[in-house]
Amino acid sequence: MAKAPLPVETLIERYGPHLNYAPPGGWRDESRHPADRLVKTHCCFCGQQCGIQLKVRGDQVIGFEPWEEFPFNKGMLCPKGVKRYLQANHPDRLLDPLLRTENGFRVATWDEALDFTAHRLREIQGRHGKDAVAIYGGASLTTEKSYLLGKFARVALGTRHIDYNGRLCMVSAGTAYKLAFGVDRSPIPWSDIPNAQVLLIAGSNVAECSPITTDYVWRCRDNGGKLIVIDPRMTPITRNADLYLPVRPGMDVVLLMSLLHVILRDGLEDREFIAKYTSGFEPIAESVKQYDPKRAAELTGVPPDSIEKAAHWFGEADRAIALHARGIEHQSKGVENCSAIINLCLATGNLGREGAGCAMITGQGNGQGGREHGQKCDQLPGQRQIDDPEARAHVAKVWGILPEEIPQAGLSAQEIMNAIHAGEIKALLSMCFNPLVSLPNADFTRQALEKLEFFGVVDFFLSETAHHADVVLAGSLQEEDEGVTASVEGRVIHIQKAVDPPGNARVDWEIYCDLARRLGKEKFFPYKSSRDIFGELREASRGGHADYYGITYEKIDRQMGVFWPCPSLDHPGTPRLFEDLKSLHRDGKFRFVPTPYRESGDPVNEEFPVYLTTGRVVSQYLSGTQTRRIGALVDQYPEPRVEIHPRLAQEHGIKDGDWVSITSRRAEIILRAMVVRTIRPDTVFIPYHWAGTKSANKLTHRTLDPRSKIPEFKVSACRIRKAPNPPEWAQDGNVKTS
Amino acid sequence: MFGYEFYVDPSRCIGCQSCVNACAECETHRGTPMIHVDYLDRANSISTVPFVCMHCDDPTCAKVCPADAIKKTEDGVVQSSLKPRCIACSNCVLACPFGIPKMMTELEQMMKCDMCYDRTSEGKRPMCATVCPSQALAYVPREQIERMRRDKPTNVFVFGKQRVTTKVFMMIPPERDALSVDVADYMWEAKT
Repeated sequence: MAKAPLPVETLIERYGPHLNYAPPGGWRDESRHPADRLVKTHCCFCGQQCGIQLKVRGDQVIGFEPWEEFPFNKGMLCPKGVKRYLQANHPDRLLDPLLRTENGFRVATWDEALDFTAHRLREIQGRHGKDAVAIYGGASLTTEKSYLLGKFARVALGTRHIDYNGRLCMVSAGTAYKLAFGVDRSPIPWSDIPNAQVLLIAGSNVAECSPITTDYVWRCRDNGGKLIVIDPRMTPITRNADLYLPVRPGMDVVLLMSLLHVILRDGLEDREFIAKYTSGFEPIAESVKQYDPKRAAELTGVPPDSIEKAAHWFGEADRAIALHARGIEHQSKGVENCSAIINLCLATGNLGREGAGCAMITGQGNGQGGREHGQKCDQLPGQRQIDDPEARAHVAKVWGILPEEIPQAGLSAQEIMNAIHAGEIKALLSMCFNPLVSLPNADFTRQALEKLEFFGVVDFFLSETAHHADVVLAGSLQEEDEGVTASVEGRVIHIQKAVDPPGNARVDWEIYCDLARRLGKEKFFPYKSSRDIFGELREASRGGHADYYGITYEKIDRQMGVFWPCPSLDHPGTPRLFEDLKSLHRDGKFRFVPTPYRESGDPVNEEFPVYLTTGRVVSQYLSGTQTRRIGALVDQYPEPRVEIHPRLAQEHGIKDGDWVSITSRRAEIILRAMVVRTIRPDTVFIPYHWAGTKSANKLTHRTLDPRSKIPEFKVSACRIRKAPNPPEWAQDGNVKTS
Repeated sequence: MFGYEFYVDPSRCIGCQSCVNACAECETHRGTPMIHVDYLDRANSISTVPFVCMHCDDPTCAKVCPADAIKKTEDGVVQSSLKPRCIACSNCVLACPFGIPKMMTELEQMMKCDMCYDRTSEGKRPMCATVCPSQALAYVPREQIERMRRDKPTNVFVFGKQRVTTKVFMMIPPERDALSVDVADYMWEAKT
């Protein structure tokens, strides 16, 4: 049903990605005219949410100016932030709703498109039940939109299946932090990082994925702090690491347990902290006994001496911080890896003080805020658990429905795709999510999309996934609507509207309100502005862990952000959690959580002897829907390359720049080799921002962490060989495409 | 900005090209960056280095210019060549010990980093040093750099027999006073 209506090449020719290099009017002429105004807002990309000023003239964003007063980044920006303004006024921008025809897509009126969408959703729900429809959201959306989407799914559609692409990002860390602390937020503000004496960074390519954090890391070193980096690759921050631990993919938990082994063996733990403030220590102490540095070295490939040294540095420091990101979280034991980090901090009493603690480095723009208020399948606003009767009663009251009318938890993002593939879910409404590029096993995802009876998309560019849509509703860019997001620090910040959506594109919340009206649920969606939605969200979150009740747009502007929880209007917000040394569990204890080792869901063997790991490059963002359309960012890293150590390359007769076939249990792709000594010889790396035959996610597998349901992007098995011919896309010499 | 100086610390550079991209946004050379970032040796290392003009006190580029087209402002900023004078001979490109000037062949003019003269003259920081996420490029008061950094700034560079002093500072290990790149500078040679 939902096969792409035209060949991909034709769709790309019409809808992009095309490359935008210059501001409106070009570099030389019109763009010399000055801006009418500067709008203080934030970057639309990653979880750093840097402050930035957009230059606006008339109804166009024409450039940027650093915003040096914003305390998190003080004017600093990565190349994505510098060029982010080029997504506005882009030739690929969707200006009207589109309806699928036999010959592609045609422009439709909003009435036509919304009537059709509502009609199809009703029809399918009538035939197959409410849960036959699923909703996908995105973690780049403002918190208002995320909240609205959760309410739309549960109130307007009555489906339990709503989840979001943050499922590919923060859920392992979130689960581990909830298990240990009772709340899903990094306990420290970033200003703590320079004050640590030891900084342990595990599975985080800070310089490329959260570039602004680099300055915090370097300041820590300038203050005399020691930097320990755990990663199968030498990423740019490794250039100043005092200790580099080149862990074998998937073995992080063993390495981290071995660090705790040494700490306990040598009596470096904080006995008083453990006794007074924690529970569950004994079984953990027992479980790490098996991983002495020698055994751990055999399993992880990290020298025993390095393990000893790292453990001593971390254990002997008065103030240590452990930062982690997708490297350890994108695993079928992603939760265990994060729990092992937390266990290290708890055992050494590193929590609730300046310069001490652990933090997850949020990847997506609103990775933090987007998961707190209802687009995650198991949560209600305020980070409330959906199966908690008290939480249901509170939220039902705010929504004006009965608690039993709120559906129970639905499936997670990958599980929704699995259920679509199995024919159990028949219709999907997706917003700002490009699963064809970002979910594992892209061929499986494509098959699933082709089975949908109805597929609706809300987006501003036609992503590769949207090629399969029956209807595309032209939504808004971040700079075209007002709202809030929560940054990596849990700092709630204000996204300002700079311009109106162009053409007939609309702000997203209006689209959902109009759809709700067509579904007969108008009275539950009476909003006239984002501010109205935020007002309701404040009430819905009130009393929850992520309590936004005391936050207003004006307060955010005044304070340059408000850290949640902020339970009352006179409350300043909470930059550092747990200063009272109490968790948010009922007993107030911090919990040690067991971290047993499990094998990867896609183990290496003789047939597939090489580890494949995936990640990002600094000039691209996630599935590339936005950044593959910006010329300078594409020029900086035009095509995915496979990083191979010279030792492995030599075994296969591969030289730098050769075409290499990479084959996993799912698929084969052909990419150019980048032969570098900065990766383990048993591992290859491919960035995942591209679609089709350049897609790293054709190779990855659908194994999920059993609790967080995150896919295991960071550990797959593959084999490589020198390719006899370039791939089809490179044969016409036209390599520089996005 | 009174008391502010420009500091380059290559060891902080993460190769993100934010400086280069931001430089291209300049009002005076729109779309074309005047600075660059290089990998030292990507096959063997992730180390990268940013290159901005060091603004020499006695600029080699100006000294070798046969058309007298390269001028220094009163406050020590070495500017792009003067368009009416520049003969596009590339002497400056070849002679600069830091490899900074660029010959814009389509304009028949040498252009280079002028430390964002349009911004600094209005009390703003240069664009690259403002956006640099690792602060490998920093425009801050001297007191701040001395208080906050492990390394020490120098503006004395020795290239064999050429000693160059610059407006821009480079961060070097604290036990050193100048940066020498020639092995001969580290040797003992009997005076003849």
